[in-house]
Amino acid sequence: MSGTHGTATTAGPVLGDTPPEATSATGEAGDNSAGIAAVGRVARAVLPVTGVIADPTQLRTYECDGLAHYRVTPALVVLPETTEQLAAVVRACAEHGVPFVARGSGTGLSGGALPRADGVLLVTSRMRTIREVRRADQRAVVEPGVINLDVTRAATPEGYYYAPDPSSQQICSIGGNLAENSGGAHCLKYGFTSNHVLGTELVTPQGDVVQLGGLAPDAPGYDLLGTVVGSEGTLGIATTATVRLVRLPEEVRTLLVGFATTDDAGAATSAIIGSGVLPAAIEMMDALAIEAAEAAVHCGYPDGAGAVLVIELDGPAAEVAHEYAEVERLCNAHGAFELRLAIDATERALIWRGRKSAFAAVGRISPDYIVQDGVIPRTALPEVLRAIAELSASSGVRVANVFHAGDGNLHPLVLFDDAEPGAGEAAEKVSGAILDLCISHGGAITGEHGVGVDKAAYMPKMFTDDDLDTMQLVRCAFDPDNISNPGKIFPTPRLCGEVPGKRKHAHPLVQAGLADAF
Amino acid sequence: MTTTSLDAARTALASACAEVTDAGPDDAVDGVSPALVARPGSTAETAEVLRAAASAGLTVVPRGRGTKLSWGRPPERVDLVVDLSRMSAVIDHSAGDLIVETQAGALLSDVQSTAASAGQRLALDEPVPGSTIGGVLATNSSGPIRVGFGTARDLLIGATVVRADGVLAKAGGRVVKNVAGYDLGKLVIGSFGTLAVITEAVFRLHPVPPARAYVTVPFGTATDAARLVQQVVHAQVVPAAVEVDWRPDGAGTLGVQLAGTAAGVQARVAAARQLLGTGAEAAEEAPAGWGVLPWRDGAEQATGLKLTCALSGLAPVLDALRRAADEAGVPLTVRGSGGVGVLYAALPADTPVEAVAGVVARTRAVCTEHGGSLVVLDGPPQVKAAVDTWGPVPAIDLMRRVKGQFDPERRLAPGRFVGGI
Repeated sequence: MSGTHGTATTAGPVLGDTPPEATSATGEAGDNSAGIAAVGRVARAVLPVTGVIADPTQLRTYECDGLAHYRVTPALVVLPETTEQLAAVVRACAEHGVPFVARGSGTGLSGGALPRADGVLLVTSRMRTIREVRRADQRAVVEPGVINLDVTRAATPEGYYYAPDPSSQQICSIGGNLAENSGGAHCLKYGFTSNHVLGTELVTPQGDVVQLGGLAPDAPGYDLLGTVVGSEGTLGIATTATVRLVRLPEEVRTLLVGFATTDDAGAATSAIIGSGVLPAAIEMMDALAIEAAEAAVHCGYPDGAGAVLVIELDGPAAEVAHEYAEVERLCNAHGAFELRLAIDATERALIWRGRKSAFAAVGRISPDYIVQDGVIPRTALPEVLRAIAELSASSGVRVANVFHAGDGNLHPLVLFDDAEPGAGEAAEKVSGAILDLCISHGGAITGEHGVGVDKAAYMPKMFTDDDLDTMQLVRCAFDPDNISNPGKIFPTPRLCGEVPGKRKHAHPLVQAGLADAF
Repeated sequence: MTTTSLDAARTALASACAEVTDAGPDDAVDGVSPALVARPGSTAETAEVLRAAASAGLTVVPRGRGTKLSWGRPPERVDLVVDLSRMSAVIDHSAGDLIVETQAGALLSDVQSTAASAGQRLALDEPVPGSTIGGVLATNSSGPIRVGFGTARDLLIGATVVRADGVLAKAGGRVVKNVAGYDLGKLVIGSFGTLAVITEAVFRLHPVPPARAYVTVPFGTATDAARLVQQVVHAQVVPAAVEVDWRPDGAGTLGVQLAGTAAGVQARVAAARQLLGTGAEAAEEAPAGWGVLPWRDGAEQATGLKLTCALSGLAPVLDALRRAADEAGVPLTVRGSGGVGVLYAALPADTPVEAVAGVVARTRAVCTEHGGSLVVLDGPPQVKAAVDTWGPVPAIDLMRRVKGQFDPERRLAPGRFVGGI
């Protein structure tokens, strides 16, 4: 399985039951009911009544994240309000060998917050305080449940904003962003979550509370923070994030440029980057994606365009003016037939609306679709786009392309109708083949959505056993009992050998016959 | 090592690597003498060397050109120096993708020349001339332009390392955007050779800005320096660097680098001059001492401190440092990225140990109070012996566990790093 499944018309799973490979990652209900009961007792002791959910109907509300194709009902849901409460529940989990999964807003697109049937889901939505906006330090300290866009809203009066802007930024949480190392359209210039989270208070899988990084840079010692960010909840749960605030730019210019073909748009992108101009964002949409966006939000993109680029330039006014002239020249030199500059915030919003609505908009032209997330070196863009077109033509599966062209992060939308027998499987095949294309061009299987449960099986295509084993040395240092979001990222868990503290039983994976101790 | 075990180790290493020699006096690591030096020519050969070292139980310190081997604490012992100077190739520069792939023994300056052929650069300064990529990564060295471009952790996109047991592992890749798997690259940055031997690295590059200019303004007190820094960082001039230079006589200069297009830089220079007020001057060239670590000014081994703090702590930290030095009668030089709260300070080689210890203790307390730290990066042996060089480190238990997983036998640079790791 690969990619995010969206459904335009129903909320139900697109392809039937949870696929078999997810089972080992998600546990069996009833495996450790005594442990769950014990954790439940601790949770009820430290939390208000509404903070602990054990009712089966209510539990089902939490059965999936933004990747609704995978569904597992957790054994227990806990909604802590403080670090102490969260740590107490994690400690209880550690004591009883109960796996736990952290969840923010549940918008993730790789099943990273897919619950465990034999485990606890810790939801951070009640930890939603922006503790400090420290203008003098250009930092904010926020709790994990804080919504991404709310950080910017809090900083704007001070002339600052929070740069990482995943397209779900109106609902996604900082804790989830931290776990997934979320990107966004503007990471071309400003970087990803890992470049903007400078400190975190982490509840380790043993339930200890540690501070990694902070207000000052270059904390002595290993950069554990750099490893925790993007570790998809497998190294513990962040209970605060100290984030960088970026000065609001003096000037922003947003352009919409129409091209006859994606080749022309790709060539223009390469020329812009090659010229030394670093736009805040360069986004591309192909004809099918444009068609969908027009149908959904009437964004008024140029008629007859085979591709559009959305280019945003920001910075000091004097620099932006020069960059704009350069971008205009390069676009025209590469066959742009229409170039539109947003003259005000309304026009800018309209240009972005077409781009940001693209995933959902595809629902207008296809009942079902898979959102893929892969990365290629930017110079391979034309070649890979042609290969995707060939894949699409030979399989008869339509693919709409929306992507962050500046950094080669593709989001092909693979369209299908699940009512047609075999269509889902055909779409899966195309989606998987696109990932193979990314790998064979020296790219990555995910640029911003994460591995989660969805792409764990692809990890060995990108990394050797030794690579994965080495990564899991870190896992063993943080989580020797493999209880923090187990089953995500790594296709095969590593047993950690001698660990501090005695384990009461055989390792659950050994017990289940899924792994050998070595 | 006994003669017999040395012979056995030499034999084992010779079958792993063509260049194995007995160590000479120049091979000492911060005063600690190794027995042997191996110069592998490839990642595969480095893995062979590490495997041989593991089976012979040898303690290993990796080395690039040895320019920062005196940073950190002296290792408890060293049997073998793994010298990466033969692995000096810039493997691939993909100009269209703005990335460069290089062996760890390559000189940073060679990487820069390669990138420059396409009008690009690795946006990292070279505070210690002659540094290799591996050395820059292992010590997390950075300079003035970190204000605009960050540090190694913001630029490294892929890494190949060899573990203590000789297993070769890669993380990241060749694309700028990539969230597949743990970011082991960040883990080895600044790890002082204690987790693994870095053998190859991939970086994102930036275009060389067409124009660069500097605006400088004098300051006399810590409060003035901090106020000027605040004015620059909250303005719209987008500085690439905001450097503080505070000399022993108490005279200081704040230096701002502006980089971009010719017209843009000109406008921003004007804005910055206005912002910084009386005495602000523009220059085409960087002011004297720009980006040079203050303890490298003289020939003798001075004590070099690295101080960090939240930006709002800049005035109290600078002030505490100056007061502590003045009261101890020690001439103090401070330089660093005031714009991000990272400072370097030098105390002369002949400063009494107790005076160094006093300055360190007093200033460290203020750094900590403002969210930062103070590390004695470099210094004469008597200072390192008497002073807690790394200072207290939060999450040290977790760090020990990471070390325990990567190097359970403690054979990689033991004792060089925080908490005796």
